[in-house]
Amino acid sequence: MQRVAIIGASMTRFGQRDAWVRELLAEAGQAALADAGVAGDDLDHLYVSNMASGEFEGQTGVPNALAHDLAAQPAYTARIDQTSSSGGAGVYAAWQSVASGASDLTMLVGGEKMTHRSTAEATDVIASLTHPVEYKHGVTLPSFAGLTARLYLDTYDAPRESLGKVAVKNHRNGVDNPHAQFRKEVDLETVLDSPVVADPLRLYDFCPITDGSAALVFCPESVAAEYVPEDEYAVISGIGGATDTHVVHERADPTTMGGVVDSSATAYEMAGIGPDDVDVAELHDMFTILEFLQSEDLGFFEKGEGWRAVEAGVTDRDGDLPINTSGGLKSKGHPLGASGVAQVYEIVKQVTGDAGPRQVDADTGLACNVGGFGNCVTTAILEGSQ
Amino acid sequence: MSENDTTTEANTAESDDGRDGNDGNDAEPAFEAAAYADGTVTYPPHPVGPNGAERVGSVDLRDREARVVTWTTSTATPPGVREPNTLAIVEFELDEGDGPPVRALGQVAADPDDPDGGTYDVAIGDRVEPVYADELREPGAGIREPESQSWDGFRFRPVE
Repeated sequence: MQRVAIIGASMTRFGQRDAWVRELLAEAGQAALADAGVAGDDLDHLYVSNMASGEFEGQTGVPNALAHDLAAQPAYTARIDQTSSSGGAGVYAAWQSVASGASDLTMLVGGEKMTHRSTAEATDVIASLTHPVEYKHGVTLPSFAGLTARLYLDTYDAPRESLGKVAVKNHRNGVDNPHAQFRKEVDLETVLDSPVVADPLRLYDFCPITDGSAALVFCPESVAAEYVPEDEYAVISGIGGATDTHVVHERADPTTMGGVVDSSATAYEMAGIGPDDVDVAELHDMFTILEFLQSEDLGFFEKGEGWRAVEAGVTDRDGDLPINTSGGLKSKGHPLGASGVAQVYEIVKQVTGDAGPRQVDADTGLACNVGGFGNCVTTAILEGSQ
Repeated sequence: MSENDTTTEANTAESDDGRDGNDGNDAEPAFEAAAYADGTVTYPPHPVGPNGAERVGSVDLRDREARVVTWTTSTATPPGVREPNTLAIVEFELDEGDGPPVRALGQVAADPDDPDGGTYDVAIGDRVEPVYADELREPGAGIREPESQSWDGFRFRPVE
């Protein structure tokens, strides 16, 4: 199995965009090709991470549309849908294609167009991933977050304010991200006084609805330096994917995300490292509670201790383990299929020293992308090439 | 047995005063969990159990009490869903021989004594019981194909 390098990376501005999904994908795709110094017809494989372009926009067949727009024919194309973790699953598919030798040059483009839908409609499209016994009760992903947050706070005696501090931190980080939907700091009082969405969680505990796209170009590590200078590419040293139950209430411990535990175990083993070796991480903070759960289930902190790390500033940009230097989904936005790709974009920038004002001291970074409410998860570990 | 198999000729619509269910009506469908050969029990039923064991029977949760594991009140609800929507994950302790505890998620029932039509208050650890409702959300208002699943089921109310 070949080691795989990422030689090109891009992302569009996230937020409310006039462009539709085809245009968003093409914008990010063109920029990533340019970053890698290759053309569309150099690609052997072209993947698109997207959850629901048919449901949101009535546009299906997006990989073929993108291939035509980028003159990438006859590249093999496929759409990767793993709900909110479609981006991470796309990274996995792209890595597989190169690691296996099936492709010498692969591009992954993740994207979603959502903001033309009302909040209720977008919430329903996303909630359609639930089991019939959940859907008929009107269960939404935010309501899963409320159920889990209440249990977490009760079980681990964590203060409500600790969740708010995740939002404050990630908004602060997003100020320095030119691609972020919100580049505005919020204070804890604003978070705690915002309207209730899923008690005990409030508006600022949730990511926004977002349009956007991100792209990555992959090749064997052995030839990466033929495309870009050595200090400009990153290497995927470990990657894993896993699923948990479809029906969320069937999990033995609702505050543990088994898919995070299992996918990260695979990624750590492949990389030959442990959680203590990670210098920076992008976690799937679709809801503030998810940052606690992932930081614990990835092994960064003991179970029930993730909130203490946030309180102590450990996960701040200048802390011992910066989490969501990009601003996370919370501030950057969450265009479903793009989010996992954009997480890896941020880690590529960090481990190649190209993160500008967001830069931290990082040789090794981790991205954890969560679909559903922990139903599907991918974890990727990246290292700088030098 | 599929989810749809439990949606038989229920004639137990919410009463005119807005109260959920109708105590003592034997015509209401079962609150069906599945039992598997290795002793596990799940709600909802699956073709095989969590460890891959074959299904060997059913457990009716309808007349049992459960404990609230956690709850939330959602104020941003999708089309066709009541707003606000209070939901709870509950855990049923089964009798010896029936199997280990089994969990379910469902709406909290409307409190008939609430002048605003709100739901009962619940807290972690509270004892609750299922109460049947013939339509939990409006079929066809959301994205899910109405014919693809059932829309009746069981809400939960505190045990008095």
